[in-house]
Amino acid sequence: MDTVKLTIDGKQIEVERGTTILEAARLVGANVPTLCYHPVLGGGGACRVCVCEVEGARNLVASCVCPVNDGMVVWTNSKAVREARRTVVELMIASHPQDCLTCDRSDTCELRRLASRLNVREGRFTREKKASPKDTSSPSVVRDPSKCILCGRCVEVCSSVQGVGAIGLANRGIETVVAPAFGDDLADTKCVACGQCTAVCPVGALIVKDDTDAVLDALSDENKHVVVQVAPAVRAALGEEFGLPAGTDVTAEMVGALKQLGFDAVFDTQLSADLTIMEEGNEFIERLKSGERLPLITSCSPGWINYMENFHPDLVDNVSSCKSPQQMMGAVIKTYYAKKAGVDPSKIVSVSIMPCTAKKFEAKRPEMNSSGYRDVDYVLTTRELASMLRQVGIDLKSVQSSDFDSPLGESTGAGEIFGVTGGVMEAALRSVYFALTNKPLENLELHPVRGFDGIREAEIDVAGQKVRVAVAHGLSNAEELLRRIESGEKEYHFVEIMACPGGCIAGGGQPFSQDPDIKSKRASVLYAGDRAKKQRMSHDNPAVKKLYGEFLETPGSEIAHKLLHTTYCQGEKCSEKASANIKEAS
Amino acid sequence: MSEAAVRSTAQGAGTGIDPDLMKKVDAVIEQYRGNRGALIPVLHEVQEIIGYLPRFVQSKIAEALGVSEAEVYGVVTFYSLFTMKPAGRHKIGVCLGTACYVKGAAALLEAVKQAAGVENDDVSADGRFSVEVTRCIGACGLAPVLTIDEDVYSRVSPESVSEILEKYE
Ligand code: SF4
Ligand code: SF4
Ligand code: FES
Repeated sequence: MDTVKLTIDGKQIEVERGTTILEAARLVGANVPTLCYHPVLGGGGACRVCVCEVEGARNLVASCVCPVNDGMVVWTNSKAVREARRTVVELMIASHPQDCLTCDRSDTCELRRLASRLNVREGRFTREKKASPKDTSSPSVVRDPSKCILCGRCVEVCSSVQGVGAIGLANRGIETVVAPAFGDDLADTKCVACGQCTAVCPVGALIVKDDTDAVLDALSDENKHVVVQVAPAVRAALGEEFGLPAGTDVTAEMVGALKQLGFDAVFDTQLSADLTIMEEGNEFIERLKSGERLPLITSCSPGWINYMENFHPDLVDNVSSCKSPQQMMGAVIKTYYAKKAGVDPSKIVSVSIMPCTAKKFEAKRPEMNSSGYRDVDYVLTTRELASMLRQVGIDLKSVQSSDFDSPLGESTGAGEIFGVTGGVMEAALRSVYFALTNKPLENLELHPVRGFDGIREAEIDVAGQKVRVAVAHGLSNAEELLRRIESGEKEYHFVEIMACPGGCIAGGGQPFSQDPDIKSKRASVLYAGDRAKKQRMSHDNPAVKKLYGEFLETPGSEIAHKLLHTTYCQGEKCSEKASANIKEAS
Repeated sequence: MSEAAVRSTAQGAGTGIDPDLMKKVDAVIEQYRGNRGALIPVLHEVQEIIGYLPRFVQSKIAEALGVSEAEVYGVVTFYSLFTMKPAGRHKIGVCLGTACYVKGAAALLEAVKQAAGVENDDVSADGRFSVEVTRCIGACGLAPVLTIDEDVYSRVSPESVSEILEKYE
């Protein structure tokens, strides 16, 4: 290994060449503050909060981007360094709105925390910044450019990780902004509503549209029957909002908290994940037999669906016609459940708790009303649920545990792993294998499709036929996988795509985290949940069997088609049409 | 008309861009298709041809090179070399440097705008003139100064503007 020797704060250290001063400093225990640099995304070099003194250098250096050199002598906390950092923060605050008390990021703002850490107690400077209006055009993400500190994280995540490029830096000098091209509204761009930008923004410049008030109002309305469904990934992360260690399973506490909030019934989206496998598995087997429209591509990630419509409308025939589990559950609630419970469906308010911001967009799609009503009325993210619990004064740690309600509360391990990249594929293959061979897979756990490599593939022998599958997460990985498929370099039968890197567990609406291992910690909750379930294959779900027996007949039946399947928007004007519809609906 | 020309006329419709120039623009863009690194040279070449970078041209460039519109727009708005505003056939410059200002350049600017039929610093409806405010051009002894294309007019009074403009078609 090529190494470099240097001294940091009087301590000698030897590190690999190419290491940054910041990384080396952390190795000797110096906790250098940072702002634009993000431990998972990288980046940096924009804010100069991390400056350090290097003996012999003319200026202080930005430690997050400056590599170490042999014999370097670095001071991370000298007087000059402290003063420079404080000035940098003072300058940022000078043009920052001072509405911390009422800001969405009040408690989680990295700039506010930094100012407090550096003991910035007065603003020496004031600078008028041109007032820039909020952009509330998107049903998922709200932009408030007046709060932007130009760290560049959102641009990095949107263009490099997601390959969308809906927002970018524009203008220069004091006029610099992060904005969509031509100053358009976000809803008029190719934004896929994934919300990843809101997950990395250090301040309140990009936030998720807040729908908690509407839900609390519905809960106080005696004439409404308010039901809620919860996605798998929520239970794997909600605990973090209440100070529990990442990777704590809070399923029972979460259900208890929802009941305490006053929901009339608490249902599990994992059940409709099982239902999705029944429908999508059926679709896959048909296509596998006919050899037509392969590969089949999954449709449960609405960020991916937006991406497909905006960037790959030519793939529309390959994508499964299944609605996402959220929308399937919504349609079943206002039909099957309404009838069983004897409630007028017009009185039902259907809420869903999701790790995802694109689900807000999906719920507003005009076509999502096959029950005769909106399939889902309100979508809240995991962070919004936490906020709602805090508003009411419920602490997850001391709440009474509870179970999901029947008839839509039972699920299998297959439904649980839907929340992590590779999980939908694994769940589908468990049932498809059984359907075609009449016996379960020897090992239900399909390790080749697990993990967090951007693109993973596997080949499985099903009744003598080699079934080739691939999984991608994060849209730039998806783009690369699609390129391989479209160029003919690779051929698959079945492809799973999730828009967010890591899948739903790292969705744009999940608790903020800068822990590089956060994905595995959250995934471990779902994999453990799968192992602990009595049934691990979707077709074994007793509640799903009953649902078909009493109401949906068989997978792919006429009524199943009407309620559980959808169509996508095609052609050039696709995204414009979709956004116009959304604007009208919201 | 060739297919490409039909397409470009349609896309350039209402923009006042000459179809022949649009053909040249299309050819430049095609030449760099898929070349993400060529953004600045393409923008430069295209601006050389039509004088500015309207929105629909930026979208075309983004699509062809495989970069986002936000990135193209970011580059166009970052470098002062690029402009999104069309230029008229004749570029009028009014110096608002200190010396000219003292000698009544503000009134001169108003007179120029009126005579040329230009709103803010845009282009006139007939495409004949565009007006821009310049910084000191170093001709303070001749203040107030007006430039039209390569010509310099000194000690211009607001009343003489219409007459000067008549020379430019
Ligand atoms: S929601 Fe996703 S696609 Fe839209 S701007 Fe944010 S990161 Fe980009
Ligand atoms: S919007 Fe947020 S993430 Fe994006 S540049 Fe501004 S402060 Fe950074
Ligand atoms: S954290 Fe290093 S420059 Fe911003």
